Amino acid sequence: MKKGQACPTTGPVKPRCEIAIVGGGVMGLSIAYQLAKRGLTDVVVLESGYLSQGASGRNGGGVRMQWSTELNIALMQESIELCGSFAQETGVNVWFRQGGYLFLARTEVEREKMERNVALQNRHGVPTRMLDAASARDIVPELDVTGIVCACYNPKDGVLFPWPFLWGYAHQALRRGVAVHLDTAVTAIERGADGFLVHTSKGPVVAQRVIATAGAWSPAIARMVGVTLPTVPHRHEILSTEPLKPWLTPMVSVLSSGLYFSQSMRGEIVTGITVEDQHDGRVKLGSRLKFLTTLARELVALVPRLGGVKIVRQWAGPYDMSPDGRPILGEPPGVPGFHLCSGFVGHGFMMAPVIGKLYAEWLTGGSRHEVFEHCRLARFAEGRVESEEMIIG
Amino acid sequence: MSDKAAAMSGKTAVMSGKTIICRCEDVTLDDVHCSFELGYATVEEVKRYTGLGTGPCQGKECMVLAARLIVSVAHLGGAPATVAPFTARPPLESAPLAIFVAAAGDDEDPAR
Repeated sequence: MKKGQACPTTGPVKPRCEIAIVGGGVMGLSIAYQLAKRGLTDVVVLESGYLSQGASGRNGGGVRMQWSTELNIALMQESIELCGSFAQETGVNVWFRQGGYLFLARTEVEREKMERNVALQNRHGVPTRMLDAASARDIVPELDVTGIVCACYNPKDGVLFPWPFLWGYAHQALRRGVAVHLDTAVTAIERGADGFLVHTSKGPVVAQRVIATAGAWSPAIARMVGVTLPTVPHRHEILSTEPLKPWLTPMVSVLSSGLYFSQSMRGEIVTGITVEDQHDGRVKLGSRLKFLTTLARELVALVPRLGGVKIVRQWAGPYDMSPDGRPILGEPPGVPGFHLCSGFVGHGFMMAPVIGKLYAEWLTGGSRHEVFEHCRLARFAEGRVESEEMIIG
Repeated sequence: MSDKAAAMSGKTAVMSGKTIICRCEDVTLDDVHCSFELGYATVEEVKRYTGLGTGPCQGKECMVLAARLIVSVAHLGGAPATVAPFTARPPLESAPLAIFVAAAGDDEDPAR
């Protein structure tokens, strides 16, 4: 990391601001940065912990265009483009590497879905291609493809290192005049004539508009203004191995188990898998042995040579699950000026660059992208849902 | 004060800025000072900002050094007891994946 970066804001929160952003993860900071870039700098970001404490610092860093809906494909095409220019724009290296995503199918049902999704992606200019099992081994020769019926590969998908993304956004927002308060919890929000009175552990601030970007912690924030979110936190565990010489090009993912693994630019294998859990509405971040055994069995069967590679660290992060796999954006009914931005189902990190840009465009008087129409909270009450199949990990 | 004693107490005048604090991740004393200057002065933040403690030894060699620097430099001599270590992550010692292929998974669910 280099010197000359802007420091997070210290002292009490200023008494008034145009926009208060609750949650200083990648989503909140991306919006703050994009607002500031458009000249709206009277913005206060309120983060209850340190930068990267939540899901933004706990994810696998994958970014992909391979989705099953037109909207998500288009959004991620733009997000990946923004990832590509991030280092130049912010002066912070995020170790972005486009080695592709290789999805593996084990059943004919998965093959059918894969073929349908690849065709849709191709129609939108994503160069995903179907492969047979032997061709998947051309890309990752270490794979044992027993039981794999087919694969698909998009060379433009990639991985990045999540932590510096936050420093980059925070630095650029701060140097344009945005206040970024760490260790600052929001304790209550009151609605008033001139906006929202946001109570924090560093004093109150009156904000004309509020954006709730607290990821899996968002339901508690929304409740402060009487809004009930249908999202539920799901724990997803992940681990990192000792660093190895570069050998693995793509992120590899097995559709049936939710297993994924990639090699970061630091050389580590970063890998996770879906494990059964009890969901009770609380954010759980404990690490379980059950995850290690489930993951080790699936991963070592698929890549036998990894059996000898050492695990160095296991941790967990919360997916913010929405009932239809799509996020919840915009103003909920009856609370104008209060903006939702959560329910990203484990994909908030990769969506943050584009969502921040679109949100800032809208809130600075520009066009309101169709995603804000598709992802209104009211869709659940109206019964209009369209689900996303490509949810991994 | 001897050089060694000075270094142990966290006084850094005798150490070059290029002194390696975290050998796994090549984090230098300058890197740690840079993190402090930006206001990232808890062990968790220094870990995130510099990568200290994220390599094969998982902080077993460097975390105490970072904590000493936080007390002596960032806090200008605060009480060591105020500096919390970063969350210890399993496994306690790095271990090959193959061990867990054979292990029985239990249903324990620790708080963190």
